[in-house]
Amino acid sequence: MAKGRVSIVVERCKACGFCVEFCPTHVLALSSAFNSKGYHPPHVVHPEKCSGCDLCGMYCPDFAINGTKIPQATAQQAAGGEK
Amino acid sequence: MKADPRGVLTGTHFLDGDHACCEGALAAGARFAAGYPITPSTEVVERFAARVPTVGGCFIQMEDELAASIALQGGVWGGAKAFTVTSGPGFSLMMEHIGYAAMTETPCVFVDVQRGGPSTGLPTLPAQADMMQARWGSHGDYEIIALCPNSPQECFDLTIQAFNFAEEFRVPVMFMMDEVVGHMTEKVVIPPADEIDVTPRKHTHKSVEDYLPYSTNGDMVPEMAHAGDGYNFHVTGLTHDEHGYPNMTPQVQDKLVRRLQNKIRSAADRICLFEEDRLDDADVVVVSYGITSRVAQRAIDAARDQGLKVGKLRLITAWPFPEKKIAELAAHVKAFVVPELNLGQMVHEVKRAADGNAKTFAVSHAGGAVHNPDEILNTIVEASRC
Amino acid sequence: MLNILDNRLDNRPDNTPDDTVNPVEQFLRSDRMPHIWCPGCGIGTTVNSFAHALIESKIDLQSLALVSGIGCTGRVAGYVKLDSFHTTHGRAIPFATGLKLANPKLNVVVYSGDGDLSAIGGNHLIHAARRNIDLKVICVNNLIYAMTGGQTAPTTPSHATTSTNPYGTFEPAFNLPHLVEAAGAVYVARWTTFHVRQLARSISEAFQKKGFSFIEVISPCPTLYQRRNKMGDGLDAMKYYKEKSKVKHGAPTSEVGLTLNGEIVVGKFVDRDRPDYQTMMRAQYVETLGERYLGDEVETECVCG
Repeated sequence: MAKGRVSIVVERCKACGFCVEFCPTHVLALSSAFNSKGYHPPHVVHPEKCSGCDLCGMYCPDFAINGTKIPQATAQQAAGGEK
Repeated sequence: MKADPRGVLTGTHFLDGDHACCEGALAAGARFAAGYPITPSTEVVERFAARVPTVGGCFIQMEDELAASIALQGGVWGGAKAFTVTSGPGFSLMMEHIGYAAMTETPCVFVDVQRGGPSTGLPTLPAQADMMQARWGSHGDYEIIALCPNSPQECFDLTIQAFNFAEEFRVPVMFMMDEVVGHMTEKVVIPPADEIDVTPRKHTHKSVEDYLPYSTNGDMVPEMAHAGDGYNFHVTGLTHDEHGYPNMTPQVQDKLVRRLQNKIRSAADRICLFEEDRLDDADVVVVSYGITSRVAQRAIDAARDQGLKVGKLRLITAWPFPEKKIAELAAHVKAFVVPELNLGQMVHEVKRAADGNAKTFAVSHAGGAVHNPDEILNTIVEASRC
Repeated sequence: MLNILDNRLDNRPDNTPDDTVNPVEQFLRSDRMPHIWCPGCGIGTTVNSFAHALIESKIDLQSLALVSGIGCTGRVAGYVKLDSFHTTHGRAIPFATGLKLANPKLNVVVYSGDGDLSAIGGNHLIHAARRNIDLKVICVNNLIYAMTGGQTAPTTPSHATTSTNPYGTFEPAFNLPHLVEAAGAVYVARWTTFHVRQLARSISEAFQKKGFSFIEVISPCPTLYQRRNKMGDGLDAMKYYKEKSKVKHGAPTSEVGLTLNGEIVVGKFVDRDRPDYQTMMRAQYVETLGERYLGDEVETECVCG
């Protein structure tokens, strides 16, 4: 069950890869999609592993991603409602 | 607004120009100064360092003039009225920060007690050779105001005027003294505080949501906020828009730089202070400023004794240059005689403003002493015959 | 090209900020994003640590002013939602000195680069440390002049290639922690952009100190330093920091100089107390002037509508 989740502002991303590399639970990968500036933003490949530690947010030099802890009650819903 | 009595040393004093300038700054409300020692200007900040702790405020001697000329601007954005004091070589080092003050519209005063140059030149002897530097020394297009006192009394009075102009127009004001005026000692009358008009800072009254740091709403001088007021404003020396944000388009550059010029030029009639005497019937007008105006007075009196129709125009404001006044005079006088302690600076402005309608005679002097009045008299005689 | 709108990149229903909004965002001028820094540049990462330090230290934001000089890091002032001053090249520290002296209630942060602070501004750096002006200096050290195109800085390690030393530098570099300690700083730390949490903690600690604090952050410049020295990109620099950094709190600063490919000693090197400039100034005036001393609080009359 996911303890956290990440939010990404794709248009700010410059695809440095810091978040992907330093995510302690390997939640992220660079997407094959482009943003409008032509960069490949990260996307969530293992949502269930996210701890919400926000290390991605601490590393992101473009203020384009951050992690949040999910309160446990909502976490169950989030896990169940993953699209 | 009237002066804060704490800073006003009301009474009749025997002061040199440097000390009178300091008292003028205190009377005007200056409570912060940053300086670096340099002859012949240091006495201004020496006195300030002694006086300001008893008035409320502080002085710091910085590590160089670069630091002094920007520390004072930090002081202004922190809420103080602030100034720095220097002379030739130090003035050269301050040029970048005159541009910064002009660009960021930081109200402040730069006092330059002029000495002989170039380079180290004549540290203890007078000159008036920084006049063009005061106007054009920083890169780019901008306007400043420059005032030229010719006595210790004016060092007091006009320093207050310099601060008042700085606040009204949010512009750096150059206070162009010279070594003789700085070191001559004369009677200086300091009036009671309630007789001294002081221009307060143009601080915004807008709400945080409504405040745009460089929005002018028709008035060409924007309202100011201080650090710590809660406005979260941004100040940059880069070309900036009304938010104060960098915006490097030709359109924003044009709008900003033209406003920086026009806010001064459009008020030039009010800013241009001068003293005139016996101009009504004059064929020749002696245009002078600072210490040279006092030497010229003797030459003018001697010429009148000889029956020559000569008048006096003393520039109190050197920048913006009173070109309108010169143009008016040029229409009905034969010639201008311009003595100055340099090899020809303001004389070029006189010539430009006269626009061929009257002749222009320079009485140049490389500095190190004042003119011999006879040199000026001889030129007046020559000009009268043209 | 793929349409990003059809390709959700997070596990939220959409990409608009909601309850999960980045806590750093409140400190940013969001209307100025995206910023001008290159992909893989570390300056933005240091801003995250700075923002977290503001949260952790619970510092009064209204009292906080940030002063930058010129250069890539100099642009920080334009992106943070604080009273922020982008001054002239090298002069952030003396501007900040004036700001602090005129309004002693302000907490003043100087945020600038290695070239700005230690070359053109080097004189001000050592004198502010000597005077112990109460400033928090964050020096983002990318080992090169980046804004102007990759010229040698006083911090460029020997033998690194730059645009002005195309055959390699041969000048010795400044060891900044050693320099500022010798000059009198009360708090000196160094981290890299890999050490985001440690950096945030150091900045928080510096806010608790009264006096001249200096925090150096080694940061990638992928465009000019890494590329020209065949060190890969920003991510490669981060991996290098991770691998080669050694935490040595209290290390003698004489031993923490940087080399081209060697170890990076990080940690808190100096944490000492001595009275700051304004404390010394007031004490001196009280002692010599007694009741005649009216203090240094400036009350400027303003015209307010």
